[in-house]
Amino acid sequence: MNWLMLHLDMLKESIGRLAQQPFATLLNVVVFGIALSLPVGFYLVLSNLQQVAGQLAAEPQISVFMALNADPEEVSTVEQRLRRHPEVGRYEFVPRDRALARLKRNSGLGDVLAELRSNPLPDAFVVTARTPRPDVLEQLQTEAAGWPRVEHVQLDSDWARKLDAVLAIGRLAVSLLAVLLSVALVAITFNTIRLQILTRRDEIEVSKLIGATNPFIRRPFLYFGALQGLVGGAAAWLIVAVSVQILNFGLTNLATLYGTNLRLAGLGLIDSIGLLTFAAILGWIGAWLSVSRHLWQIEPK
Amino acid sequence: MISVSHISKRYAGGYEALRDVTFSVEAGEMLFVTGHSGAGKSTLLKLIAAIERPSAGSVLIKGQNVSSMKASAIPFLRRNFGLIFQDHKLLFDRSVYENVALPLIISGFPRREIARRVRAALDKVGLLGREKARPITLSGGEQQRLCIARAIVNRPAILMADEPTGNLDAAYAEEIVGMFKAFNQVGVTVLIATHDVSMIARLGAREVHLDHGRLAA
Repeated sequence: MNWLMLHLDMLKESIGRLAQQPFATLLNVVVFGIALSLPVGFYLVLSNLQQVAGQLAAEPQISVFMALNADPEEVSTVEQRLRRHPEVGRYEFVPRDRALARLKRNSGLGDVLAELRSNPLPDAFVVTARTPRPDVLEQLQTEAAGWPRVEHVQLDSDWARKLDAVLAIGRLAVSLLAVLLSVALVAITFNTIRLQILTRRDEIEVSKLIGATNPFIRRPFLYFGALQGLVGGAAAWLIVAVSVQILNFGLTNLATLYGTNLRLAGLGLIDSIGLLTFAAILGWIGAWLSVSRHLWQIEPK
Repeated sequence: MISVSHISKRYAGGYEALRDVTFSVEAGEMLFVTGHSGAGKSTLLKLIAAIERPSAGSVLIKGQNVSSMKASAIPFLRRNFGLIFQDHKLLFDRSVYENVALPLIISGFPRREIARRVRAALDKVGLLGREKARPITLSGGEQQRLCIARAIVNRPAILMADEPTGNLDAAYAEEIVGMFKAFNQVGVTVLIATHDVSMIARLGAREVHLDHGRLAA
């Protein structure tokens, strides 16, 4: 109970100290907010892309294209092989005429395609595997490619996997950015706390002389650092939330033009808590380093 | 209670403040450390309170070797001491009450107990009515008494004072000396560094005399 009171007192004192210097506090909070909102914003864009890619890659399909001059009998042989194959879940036959009609309808290239003397598209099967594991898909792909009169077999999840690889690089870049900015934020907190220590050095000295332990001396500064980080994290959260709203406003126009529903998802609850915790921890670390350095300097030699 | 054996203190630059000093203090004893200014009195007190570490020799307090103590254990050792500093070391941005309460807050006393003890300590030094005052508004003698209140609020076993009557006039000094005598009578071990010969004469206690860092007979 006494212990709890002690910590509540510290918290109250730290809030008081933040409020005592509103301008310096505001500057630090803004720096925290902007610095943290950059990696968080990029992370958000990446995870949105990730989700789109994930949806597309979740049910990867294999397109089996027949040779252009394959006759119906040869096509039905392939169809029978597909029907009997244990790894094939579903398949759909797309005759070349239907493929051409669909292309004319969807691509807006109707005029160009009308000029063609013959249909350039082959008969095709769109195959969904029973288990969408990459190794199964690849095996199915090589197997089907060896069948007679099969011209080409394409794994449609290929591009999704390439996108995934690009996103992985993006995530790495965001992590690097986050690490660099985190170091900067620790340094900023270090300096803020150093200035506070300078104004309270008598108090620290006297407290040590009359039996204060190092954790006791660190505690108010740690509270201050963590609290400042927390408020900075909240600022970053706000910046990201407002940016997402603004971007979504712009995306609505884009989406109506394309006739789809494009929306950026904001930060989820877990991510928000993670952001605030992380910001508080950065402030705490900066404060800890700063006070520990000072305490080490005044240690009796 | 306190056993100082063969301690020397050499500062960076080669200045030797203390050379091979040995003596001991019994529990409940009152002892004066005397000598000219610069003889090493303050240094000696600092070594006993583990504010500085000796270059050689050891200090034992209640059987514990202070000189080789881990840094994390020193705060708990200090809580046995009441320290009265030559330059007072009061916090001028805090009230009289808060200054005296500081050692109790550090030791983690509950708030009600702190209030009770602070009033008792302020009462003993005659500052009970000045709780809310800032130390800067107090006279030199009052500041010294505030310093004493802070030193005794923890009910220490050992009271150490560095030149407690240094720049006080005779009447104030008399008062302060009376307080030390009273504390000693209730069993507190008292160690006072002073060059004030009249004080020693009045109290008639044992004396350790330092001369250029050496113990003089």
